[in-house]
Amino acid sequence: MSEKKLMKGNEALAEGALRAGCRFFAGYPITPQNEVPEYMSWRLPQVGGAFVQSESEVAAINMIYGAAATGKRTMTSSSSPGISLKQEGISYCAGADLPFLIANVMRGGPGLGNIAGAQGDYWQSTRGGGHGDYRLFVMAPNGANEMGNFPHKCYEVAFKYRIPALMLADGIIGQMMEPVEFTNAEIDIKTLKEPDWALGVNNGRAKRIVKSYDLREGCLEKMVLERVKRYRQIEENEVLYEERMIEDAELAIVAYGTSARVSMAAVKMAREKGLKVGLFRPITLWPYPKKRLVELSGKIKKFLTVEMSLGQMVEDVRLSLNGRSEVYLHSKPGGSVITAEEVLATIEGVMKKGAKEYAAIK
Amino acid sequence: MYQGIKLSGFGGQGVISAGVLLAQAGMMEGKEVSFFPSYGAEMRGGTANCSVVISSDEVTTPIVSEPDTVIVFNEPSLTKFEPLVKKGGLLIINSSLITSKAARKDIKTLYVPCNQIAGELGNGKVMNMVALGAFAAATGAITVDAIANALPKVYKKLKPEVIELNVKALKRGAQFKLN
Amino acid sequence: MQLLNKRPESLLDVKMHYCPGCGHGTIHRLIAEAMDELGIRGRAIGIAPVGCAVFADVYFNCDMIQGAHGRGPAEATGLKRAKPETIVFSYQGDGDLASIGMAEIVHAAIRSENITVIFVNNAIYGMTGGQMAPTTLIGQKATTCVEGRTAKQAGYPIKMCELLATVEGAAYLERTSVHNVPGVIKTKAAIKKAFQNQMDCKGFSMVEILSMCPTNWGTRLDNPSEATKYVAEGMLPVFPLGVYKNAAKTVGESRSLGV
Repeated sequence: MSEKKLMKGNEALAEGALRAGCRFFAGYPITPQNEVPEYMSWRLPQVGGAFVQSESEVAAINMIYGAAATGKRTMTSSSSPGISLKQEGISYCAGADLPFLIANVMRGGPGLGNIAGAQGDYWQSTRGGGHGDYRLFVMAPNGANEMGNFPHKCYEVAFKYRIPALMLADGIIGQMMEPVEFTNAEIDIKTLKEPDWALGVNNGRAKRIVKSYDLREGCLEKMVLERVKRYRQIEENEVLYEERMIEDAELAIVAYGTSARVSMAAVKMAREKGLKVGLFRPITLWPYPKKRLVELSGKIKKFLTVEMSLGQMVEDVRLSLNGRSEVYLHSKPGGSVITAEEVLATIEGVMKKGAKEYAAIK
Repeated sequence: MYQGIKLSGFGGQGVISAGVLLAQAGMMEGKEVSFFPSYGAEMRGGTANCSVVISSDEVTTPIVSEPDTVIVFNEPSLTKFEPLVKKGGLLIINSSLITSKAARKDIKTLYVPCNQIAGELGNGKVMNMVALGAFAAATGAITVDAIANALPKVYKKLKPEVIELNVKALKRGAQFKLN
Repeated sequence: MQLLNKRPESLLDVKMHYCPGCGHGTIHRLIAEAMDELGIRGRAIGIAPVGCAVFADVYFNCDMIQGAHGRGPAEATGLKRAKPETIVFSYQGDGDLASIGMAEIVHAAIRSENITVIFVNNAIYGMTGGQMAPTTLIGQKATTCVEGRTAKQAGYPIKMCELLATVEGAAYLERTSVHNVPGVIKTKAAIKKAFQNQMDCKGFSMVEILSMCPTNWGTRLDNPSEATKYVAEGMLPVFPLGVYKNAAKTVGESRSLGV
């Protein structure tokens, strides 16, 4: 536990990663995540860690590939276009079963887009992003406090299941300041056991190889299926979500990150008007809290997905519910500001008018 | 209690640091707070603005779309943000640099010659504190003392005499009353 | 009978997949001998590239990581900075190092990463089937320039030692060749020095080794001298052998152990 400190989301993320044992960071400047490498550049050397400003995002992720292979806790961060550049390396790390932390402080896209907060990288984050069959453990913080506290969980899951962990934030979460309280005890890296796959000084043990390839007939399939078993365990054990005012809700908003914050404001406004609305916030985007959504569909017949993208997460809501309830979408792409008033208008539209009429408004 | 504030001005007028200071002061008073700046390309040369929330309840969104108070330090900011002020809300205008008057009649307006007062105190940089002092007195959302206590936390490198000057500016600002 | 020579401990007894007359096998052995003689096998980590040496992770008897195409120097940076007590080497071909990985090699030198790079230049893409490399000679035939490389269409071959010699952070750069016995002996000495530099924390060291690719050059597989002759007569005039940089001190030194 620590006292509350007013911190920027990006700085909380960097400090949180460090407190969770991160000792290597490589990254390249891109707005709106620049405070992460800036903070790491002076803070890591204080704890005996290493910081490299890489020549590109491509180099940064490959520095991580190397550093993570030593079994240390490592991290890189970027924003949307930079994350696209890193995808090949992320795929290599996933294919080599290397745990590390990557943060995407999303901005508007596609292309160069803009530097405002957005959520357009949901598919990229939850569907793999790079080539091949793989998953990332994806956590979606909703503010500076969670930016500071989620790295702990990310490393825990990443090392337990040997999977890269992604924190999916956005420019608003990265740039905002709010009181941050680090709730996990700071990790003493001397207490971390070196994994039995880590490269390094061998002291007479058999050689170790870190790799993502196997050209022998049928062997890659075996490698992938072996990994899938761990994916199933993660889906079973590591799902996280938050529910607010959901008990008597007739409509549940499904939203993550900044959208969830804005939606919560809209929920409160709706409640003041007597509308029974609740918020369901997925905290892990993969694994997605499918089971819980199905349970909720027993009582709740209307779900409204709110996202700062064209309608990406809504697909997971639809896939989870599979026709059990009505699913609506409030979407705001391109990094435009999303307001509680707009969301409230949609809530009213959906609740008062229903499916057909709402479709007509859109 | 809930207070959503928007501060806006030229880059270099201390808009961002004034916002951070408000959030810090609110937090130290045991309130829930958030701060959100405009950032990136907007930071360079153009206008800078930020949103601050001070609330006794959880801060849902840090984006203040209908501010209870807007503090503007330059003319373009007045044009941009006056329409956003919540009905019955407060608009604080830096009358040293803004010659226009507020157009809206459904809000309260306070004209404070921030630069002039800061100049009288001998350091133009503290003009943002004059505005914060006026804000504290007019809204009661935060006290001048709370802001003063937060100063050393936000400006860690400031010498005691400069802190003192900032406090003086806060107090001068607090003398402005709504008519 | 008396045993005069044996397989280096740093090289495993597995069948290599390299073509007849290829230089990779020889170069692998030289690296292994150097590791044995310097006693660094127990703390060495090698990076296998994408290209013909992709299976190098299987051949060397030390910890290995299979890298992404061209990113060996970035991976080496991560390995070395995360575990400075190890000896890290990146094994790369010409497409890997001088084309797709140009940024990584140059910036590793700029930062004077305390690593060892073995750059095998055989002027062709081997694994993918004989396409033009950034080091392909003017007039040399390749599957993407069937009439031979022309400067008009593809520019000139890149000379990496000369290029990196302009970089302040580079500690040691030497170009050698394995097309004849004196060349092999010199190559081993250069590799040893490149490792020794890392042990002494001198910073970025690279050995560029001119090597043969009979399969993709179209020289006779049953007569390897055709290929070695091509190195001597074709490559040497364009890529002169020698030491291009031997700095007494670089910034890499200050990084030494601990970060």
